Amino acid sequence: MLEVQNLSMRFGGLLAVDQVSLNVQEREIVSIIGPNGAGKTTVFNCMSGFYKPTGGKILFEGKEVQGKPDYRISRLGMVRTFQHVRLFTQMSVVENLLVAQHRHLNTNMLAGLLGTPNYRAREQKALDRAAYWLERVGLLESANRDAGNLSYGQQRRLEIARCMVTEPKLLMLDEPAAGLNPAETQELNQLIVSLKEDYNVSVVLIEHDMSLVMDISDRINVINQGRPLACGTPEEIRQNDDVIKAYLGEE
Amino acid sequence: MASNNYRHAVFCAIVTLIISFPILGLNLEAQGVNITLTGAKTSTIVAIFLAAGAVFVFQAFRDSFSGLLGKLPKLNPLADKEPMEQSKRVKLESWILTGIVVLALFWPFVVSRGSVDLATLVLIYIMLALGLNVVVGLAGLLDLGYVAFYAVGAYTFALLSQYTGISFWMALPLGALLAGTFGLLLGFPVLRLRGDYLAIVTLGFGEIIRILLNNWTSLTGGPNGIGGIPEPTLFGMEFGRRVKGEGNTSFHETFGIAYSGEHKVIFLYLIALVLAVITALIIRRFMRMPVGRAWEALREDEIAARSLGLSRTAVKLSAFTIGAFFAGFAGTVFASKQGFISPESFVFLESAIILAIVVLGGMGSQLGVILAAIAVTILPELAREFSEYRMLIFGAAMVLMMVWRPQGLLPMRRIHIKLNRQE
Repeated sequence: MLEVQNLSMRFGGLLAVDQVSLNVQEREIVSIIGPNGAGKTTVFNCMSGFYKPTGGKILFEGKEVQGKPDYRISRLGMVRTFQHVRLFTQMSVVENLLVAQHRHLNTNMLAGLLGTPNYRAREQKALDRAAYWLERVGLLESANRDAGNLSYGQQRRLEIARCMVTEPKLLMLDEPAAGLNPAETQELNQLIVSLKEDYNVSVVLIEHDMSLVMDISDRINVINQGRPLACGTPEEIRQNDDVIKAYLGEE
Repeated sequence: MASNNYRHAVFCAIVTLIISFPILGLNLEAQGVNITLTGAKTSTIVAIFLAAGAVFVFQAFRDSFSGLLGKLPKLNPLADKEPMEQSKRVKLESWILTGIVVLALFWPFVVSRGSVDLATLVLIYIMLALGLNVVVGLAGLLDLGYVAFYAVGAYTFALLSQYTGISFWMALPLGALLAGTFGLLLGFPVLRLRGDYLAIVTLGFGEIIRILLNNWTSLTGGPNGIGGIPEPTLFGMEFGRRVKGEGNTSFHETFGIAYSGEHKVIFLYLIALVLAVITALIIRRFMRMPVGRAWEALREDEIAARSLGLSRTAVKLSAFTIGAFFAGFAGTVFASKQGFISPESFVFLESAIILAIVVLGGMGSQLGVILAAIAVTILPELAREFSEYRMLIFGAAMVLMMVWRPQGLLPMRRIHIKLNRQE
């Protein structure tokens, strides 16, 4: 469903991403790994429309999306999280989820002011969907707390829930396990697998936690210094000499 | 540490001397055509040095002073109490608000004409502040040229009444719509700007409008302003002694009561009250709607908002447009109240005062903004006896507020949203 072909991104004299290709099928978890500064997040930024790639194509469900504005890409069903959690910290947890469902709501101002049945029905549906996902990530009790007051692990989970209420087809997670303790990482592991199995969402994952990556990925892409290094199943990657040299470390 | 304190204290005392001596210690006196500089009375000079001494002592022993302050009993007797239950509080608040509005309805019939006039001005500021609260408090877009939209509303009414003889009730929506359009137009060039840069551009926009009004003499009358703006009518009834408009009747004759200048003032007050209540209710509603949440999301984190499918363009423009719309409302009422407007009413200081109201009240909080609007408009009037010092007092009050309660009088509280457990 997602196909990235020879993606390049140049910042002035720096070629941050060079001819990276990537391909994600339906209900698949694909990881991107690589040393710090390899250009993983830059690939994400190109895919989610934050950067306009200087070369290559990005096809989502057969349509070219490279260079489209970020909010349009998100409305197509490609939604991302951030390396550093970006919540609306001064808004309550539910409000965070309601904002995410903006495009599913009746945003006609007159309808809102008058409180038409259609408007109210859609608001209620959004509230129910929010409640469902809060329950799913174990935050229902905290629904009316300020998002900024949640613990770090909770904030991470809320960010994923916030993506899921938009009903995405493809979820892009940028280092979701960063800063989590082993127990939380384990929960995250199960959550991501269930997103794939129960909600038919494809996941692209950037992660440094190797046990998590090896455990849940269907395929892994390795990037080094902006260039693709290897691609394959976790087993293949684990035995790939180049990858071991560049990243996993030589024995 | 200690020597550092003393050095700082000496410095502060010298600054006090430098600032206060030329202002208070020297007088310009006119003698015939010449102006001579004379020293002030000895008592003033002594007072200046005493003040400098006081500054020195305070700064030198600042630490022990603040230690003493900390030992004072808590000023707020409610500080330790548990906050009220959410549902109870919401109910109480709405009762209080309704009570205030009902009181405000009867208020003009018991107080003097001057007070009613002042109260009308307060209501106009409430409308302005509620509108700016959308732009600054909710959407987080620092707008320093807000007064421009106020001017657009006022001048729309003034010009249309001068050239086409339009009535207040026709001008009210037109003024608001035109101001809203200007808000939309300003929105486009500043879409990409945030923070300081946005503030500078909006400041420039405000000045452009004022200077345009000042210099387009053939249309706006320039600095001479426009007079003879009609007052609002009540179903074709005028409030003047004699009927001016064709086909109108006069209020006192229709009801067979003696003419009184107060009728007009009270009527204007009631209009302003109704409009202010409408403004508050509509914006309150907006805050709970998708658009209101989108404003706040944009303020909190623009990148995250965009990544969730919110269009920056639509959200920012709607905030600017709606904020400007209500400024236009207020402008029309203002023009009608004054009967005469000139560019002088729309200087930067006005923008600053409205912004001060929003910040003082607590960004985003409607009740806080309303309270602050009342305080900021009435306090200078109460302090009229101190005439030349009232801006000083006003400024000092602001500084103290920001030190003690930087989040504003009544900071915004999140609304409680009830969720049903889903299976």
